[in-house]
Order: sequence, then structure tokens, then C-alpha cells
Amino acid sequence: MLPLLDSGVTFEAILQQVANGVAKGSVYALIAVGYTMVYGVLQLINFAHGEVYMLGAYFSYYPAKWLGYLPEGSEKPKVPLLVIGGLFVGSMAACAAIGMLIERLAYRPLRNSSRLAALITAIGVSLLLQNGGQMLFGADPKGFPQFVEQESVNLGPVALANTKIVIIAVAAVMMTGLHLFVQKTKPGAAMRACSFDMRTARLMGINVDRTIALTFAMGSAMAAVGGVLVAMDQPRLTPLMGLLMGLKAFVAAVLGGIGSIPGAALGGLLLGVAESVVGTWSTTYSEAVAFVILILVLLVKPSGLLGKSGREKV
Amino acid sequence: MTALLETSDLTIRFGGLTAVDTFNLSIQEGELFGLIGPNGAGKTTVFNMLTGVYLPSEGTVHFREKLINGRNPVQVARMGISRTFQNIRLFDELSVLENAMTGAHQHSKLTIFDSLFRTPRHFREEQRQRDRAYELLEFMGLEDRAGLPAKQLPYGHRRKLEIARALATEPKLICLDEPAAGMNTGEKAELSALIRKIRDELNVTVLVIEHDMKLVMGICEKIQVLDYGKTIALGTPGEIQNDPKVIEAYLGGD
Amino acid sequence: MARLLGILVAAIAVTFGANWLLDSFVDEYVVRIINLCGISIILAVSLNVINGLCGQFSLGHAGFMAIGAYVSAYFTTTLRYFDEAATKYVAIEPMFASEWGFVPALLAGGLVAAAAGAVVGIPTLRLKGDYLAIATLGFGEIVTIMITNFEKVGGANGLPGLPPYSNTFWIFSFVVLVIMLSWTLQRSTFGRALIAIRENELAAEVMGIPASRLKVMAFIYGAFFAGVAGGLLGHLLQTISPATFNFMKSIEVVVMLVLGGLGSMTGAVVGAIVLTALPEALRDVESGLGLPGIRMVVYSLVLILLMIFRPQGIFGQKELSLKLLARLLPGKKGDK
Repeated sequence: MLPLLDSGVTFEAILQQVANGVAKGSVYALIAVGYTMVYGVLQLINFAHGEVYMLGAYFSYYPAKWLGYLPEGSEKPKVPLLVIGGLFVGSMAACAAIGMLIERLAYRPLRNSSRLAALITAIGVSLLLQNGGQMLFGADPKGFPQFVEQESVNLGPVALANTKIVIIAVAAVMMTGLHLFVQKTKPGAAMRACSFDMRTARLMGINVDRTIALTFAMGSAMAAVGGVLVAMDQPRLTPLMGLLMGLKAFVAAVLGGIGSIPGAALGGLLLGVAESVVGTWSTTYSEAVAFVILILVLLVKPSGLLGKSGREKV
Repeated sequence: MTALLETSDLTIRFGGLTAVDTFNLSIQEGELFGLIGPNGAGKTTVFNMLTGVYLPSEGTVHFREKLINGRNPVQVARMGISRTFQNIRLFDELSVLENAMTGAHQHSKLTIFDSLFRTPRHFREEQRQRDRAYELLEFMGLEDRAGLPAKQLPYGHRRKLEIARALATEPKLICLDEPAAGMNTGEKAELSALIRKIRDELNVTVLVIEHDMKLVMGICEKIQVLDYGKTIALGTPGEIQNDPKVIEAYLGGD
Repeated sequence: MARLLGILVAAIAVTFGANWLLDSFVDEYVVRIINLCGISIILAVSLNVINGLCGQFSLGHAGFMAIGAYVSAYFTTTLRYFDEAATKYVAIEPMFASEWGFVPALLAGGLVAAAAGAVVGIPTLRLKGDYLAIATLGFGEIVTIMITNFEKVGGANGLPGLPPYSNTFWIFSFVVLVIMLSWTLQRSTFGRALIAIRENELAAEVMGIPASRLKVMAFIYGAFFAGVAGGLLGHLLQTISPATFNFMKSIEVVVMLVLGGLGSMTGAVVGAIVLTALPEALRDVESGLGLPGIRMVVYSLVLILLMIFRPQGIFGQKELSLKLLARLLPGKKGDK
């Protein structure tokens, strides 16, 4: 059984976990938006999305390695900000391309078949990327160059590693940017139209194929950001790192209300905090938090916190 | 005599839209009753409330003096109301005979173990379902298609099979949702005769929603007209035909 | 019923003979693959009742397996663990210490899994399609995480020392049983009702078919045999760990069904055999080519291509050699 509150866990410790949870949740949020956007448009759980996140991490690992910033170096190399930015942009672009490729090759041929066939295909793509990743990158964990010297920053009652602060800040900027893009720009409006009613959107002259491709590209780029951020914070890359992360991010999307970008952000943060707080008592049980939340949300409010509910036409 | 089916001020709202507004309906046992109205008048929504698919926002439905509101479709079916669907909902992968047999499932008293271990009860029940389903296929003129997968049936026959399946539940009241939709004149005439036979030979009370005025006028003894969720007329076919409000609803505004 | 019993006895006698033949004359490695195929058949055929017949897409079969494996092992295996209170290692002797206890242990595993099936079946009353898939997946993960936290059965390190009770005889006796019962289920009023729910749930309910109850029943049935299969697998591998039953295992079983044709029992059998034996065969190819990992890459590519070009699987929803089976089995005689 779980030890209770009086077993030495202080209020400060919990507060500290909440802060850590926000950082963790920011990454969930970045990945969750990809699920939520794709599901909004295609009603497809893009199982391979977690693997895109994994690729995002690797796509920054290899350039960093080629540029000579090796993790083995005992001396911590000072990396120019420009290079870090370049790694982010490069990984985002590569993942966006991969996301569009997956959509084009695996999902588009199935757009008119059953949702189940599409779901199984998505599982297939996920397996392909995991196993392909193991062949290409090797199954052994890779260390990531430490770009910034990790140090603890005091923020009132809690202390947070500077890398975690970067995660929160970058995620906040990216999520806000994405939200504004979807709400304020023309391609964003096309996305919203497609997720509202794809057939009508097509009749209104919206290029549906291109909009779907863009949805995949943007979702994948966000996952890439998450991948690079995590790689910098906890330098341990494996081809299977996307599996559990992807599942949890999907839970975050469901919790927030699938189809809603602010929902993905909220769901991600809540899940991260819940996991961290439970982790104060038991790290293994914290792994179960996501799935318990998932089942509860699906039973109590399947449309999630910020989602819209639909009704079947009879 | 109390009515077989009686609704009182039945109302349902979806969001801000009142789809059906204080709807009153009273059907006597043995009647052949028509519910008509222009597209979007709320006819199918009424059916959905009568069969437990939708929960009314307000008002009551009584069937054989028992309250129906709040019961789910399975419970309503077991009370003796059966129905067909406007957009035909057959079990495509089952054969025509098996489709009709599913209607008889609810009267089976088998436990799962009877079927798993093939007790004599299982065989008796299979025989009963098969016989009853076959009788009803004969009744609807589908007996020579019994072995065909339902998805291979032509359109008109699909409608008939749905009726046969509904009849296999041994209902007291059958609700037919646009049974003639998509049929040609010959098929419609045949269907009219069948609907009359359902009432006369099987003693099942019939409630029909239909677009085809000629068909409804030809078979129904009593007709109620619905427009924008409200009843605008009730009477015999002769009365309805001459009702100015009905003429207005059908020819005007649309 | 007498006929059914006759076939069952005959089939079990055949398995008994086959077990002896295999043990005496066939290479151990080949026997092992045959046994693994048998376990896969039990898994695929039982999942077919949930996913194929009833149309409730479950991704949680490995969770039921895990429950069955650990519960049966609990009865047959000496548990060694560190007792925190006494601060020493303790060993609990098994409740059923002889091979006679194997079947009761398997059935206990199946029953506990079936109870879990009832619990998992309840969410299906509200969830459909991919939401259900993800919820059942979540259930499977929760099961393995709970086992990881359960130190008495070895936690994350797994449980070693299961007695090697599984053999061709026991495995294929259950194969015969699950095929036979699934067949009688499929060809009965309950089977038709399950298919009706799959084809059109609302229409089924309006016909008075209690969809909720039958869906839970399908989960209980499938979970029971998954639990038994888990027990059989445990006593074949002799070591089990939570990782044995991760959600990849569930996906494997789903892929077997999809390959054979969702809804077809013969398809499930063929899919189970192909996907159990083929990776073993590819193992040699893999080392021959010097490309480790290519096996799983091919596996996933086949899955994607299958969905794009033949989503109905090898058999669609048809059964292989219907006429032959119909002559052998009761239940069809009233037809025509």
C-alpha cells in the first residue's frame, strides 16, 4: 500500500513535485497537440506520433555528434545558441517531412476505409519506426551532449533545473504560437474547417489533402521540439522512448478534450503534475497514473475537459 | 377503452432547438395509424422517443398503461414495440434467415452454457427461431432468399427483411419508418397490401411514418400531421386531404 | 451434446498420442514452436470472439494473459521474496505441488482473468472503436504495472522457477476446447446476437438483444481463455515477468486476427500459426543476411501493406472448409 502523508512527505516536497510536473507536462502537451490535431481532422489515433517524437530526439543527436559535440568529452563544451537553435529547426523540419510522408504513404490510401483499418495501420507504422529505429540507431541508449550546464534555480519555495525552465518556456511559446496560427491565419482556418466537416470544407474550395498534410507537418514539428527538449534534459535516447511517451501524450489529449489545442496543453500539464505528485510516494505507481486517468475520463466525460461532445444520428 | 400507446405533451430539445413540441398521440389496439409531415417535421424523432433511443426532455409515453420514458431500447423492445429504420439497418454479414432469427432472440430462455455445450434445449430453441423466422420470411415473400447474405439483397427486399425481423420480436406495435422510401409503384402497392396483412393476419398494431401521401391515404385509418415539431391535424384520410393547414404545410413554405 | 463429448474425447486422445510422438521423435526446438503455436491459437481464437464476432476492438488481451499466468503460477510455484517486516528472505511453498494441480491452477488463472474481463467489459458499454481500443490498452498497462509493484511474485524482475508442466498434450487439449466452444458459440443464438451487435448495435438493441450484457459476456469468455493461455505460456517458459505481457503482446494477437481475417475463426488459427512460426523461420534468414532486426521491420511492413491492400485479411469473415466442419459438428443439422 501507499505510505500516507505522515510518512515524511512534506508539503514543500509536493510543491517541488508540482514544479517538476509542470516541466514534464509541458512535453506531454507538445506531443499531445499532434494527436489532437490529427484526431480532429481524420478521427485517427496516430499511433506513430510517439515515434515521431523519438525521431525528433535522434534528428538532433546525430547533427550534434557530427558537429563534434560528443557526450563522452569530459570537458563540457560551450555550444553557441545559434547551433542549438539550428538543431531545433533542423529536427522540426525533418520530423515535419516524416509526418507528411507517413500520412501520404500509409494513411491517405486508407482514408475511405474503416477506422479500424486505419488504426491498425497506425500501429503498423509505429512498429515499423520502432524496429527500423532499432536497426538504424541500435538498441543501446545514446547519451546526448550537454549543451547547457545543468544548475538548479531557486524560485521561491521550489528549485528547478535551468533545463526544465527552458522546457516550460519553449513549450509555452510553441503552444501559444500554434494556437494563434490555427485561430488567426488562413491555413489555420482551413484546418478548423476540415475538422468541423471535411466534405463541406472540400466543397468550399479548401484543398483538403494539403490541409491534412499541413496538420501532420505541424503536429510532427511540435513533437520534434518535445524530443529535442527531453534529450537535452535527460540525455538518454532509445528507439523505444516514444512508445510510452506517445501513449501518455495521447492520454493528455483525451483528458483535455480531443480536438482542442488548449485542451492538449491543459491535459498535458495536469497529467504531468499528477504523475509527479504520485511519484513522491511510488515511482512505479506514477506510471499507472496516466492509464487510470484515461479510463476515468473515458467513463465519466469522454469528450474531455475542453472538448465538444457529439451525438450519433439515428 | 384505453389506448395501446399514448403520449402526453412529449417534448424534446437538442441544444436550443425544440425538435418535437408538446406532441400528443393516441393509438388504439388494432389501428393502422399514419404519422406524416414534411421533411424535418420531427417524425423520426418521435419514433426515437417511442422506442427508447432518445430520452424526451418533457412529457410521457405510455404503452399498455406502462411508462416508457427512461427505459432503454432493449427494455422497450421487450415490452412489445418494434421498429424499422429510415436508413435500413440490417445485419449485413448474417444471412436473410439469420437476420430474421435475431428478432426471435429476445424470447429465448437459453443460457450461454446451453449453446456452448449443445444441450437439447439449444436444439429446440434453434428450431423454434428458425421456424418462426422462416414463417415470417414467407409472410413477407422472402423465403427463397433465406440463405443469401443480407448485404446481397436488392433494396426493396432489404426493407421487407427489416419488417420481417421486427415482426420476429412478436411485437404488439410495429413502427415503420418510411417503409416505401425508394420503392417503385409496383413495389409500393405490394407493400401496402403487406402492411394491411400485418395488421389483419398477425394482429399487430401499425404506426407508419411515410412521405408518400398516396400510400398513407390508401392504408391508414387515422392520420396525424406533424410540422415543425407540432401537430397540425388529426383525422381520417378524407379529413386530412381537405385540411387547409395540411395543404399549406405541404405546398406552402417548404 | 453426446456428439460434442465424443469429438472432444477423440481429439484429446489424438493430442495425447501426438504429444508422445513429438516427445519421442521430434527435435525439442520444433516441439517448442508447435507448443507456442498452440498457445497463440488459444489467444487468437478467444480474442476473435471479442474483436471479431462482437466487434469490440480490444487491445488488452495481454493483460488477461498476465493475470492468468501469475495466478496459476501462484498456485504451482515456490515464491521467494524479501519480507520487509521480518527483514529476511522467505519462501512460500506452492499450494498445488504436483502436476495434478496444473489444471486447477490454470482454471483458477482463467477464472480470475474472466473476472477482470467482466470489469473491463463494463467500460465497453460506453466506449466504441478506437476509444475502446485505447482504454483496453490502458487496462493492460495497469495490470503489468501492478504486477511490477507486487514483490511477492518478483516485481519487475519477474518470477522464475515455474514448473515445466506445459506440454503439447495440455496445450492442444485447450486448443481443441477453445475452438470447439467458440464454434458452438458462433453458431448459436448468442453468436448471431454478437454479430448483430457488431453489425449494427442500435438495430440489435431495438430487436431486444441485450447488447450490454452480451458484450460483457464476450469479454469474460475471451478473458478466460486468455488467462488459461497465459498460464500455459508461463509453465512453458518457466519464467514470467511483467514485460512478457506488455502491450506488444496484445498487438501481436490482434495482428494474428487481422492477418487471418477479423471474424473468421479459421482465419484466427491460420494467423496464429503463421505469425508464431514465421518469425522463428525468419530468425535464420536474419542471421544469414547479417541484418539483425530486419525480421520485425518486415513484420510491420507486412501489417501496413495488408491493411492497404487486403484489409479483410486472408479469409475475410469466411470459415475454411465449412462443409467438412459442419458434417463433423452438431448444430448444423437443422439447416436447409
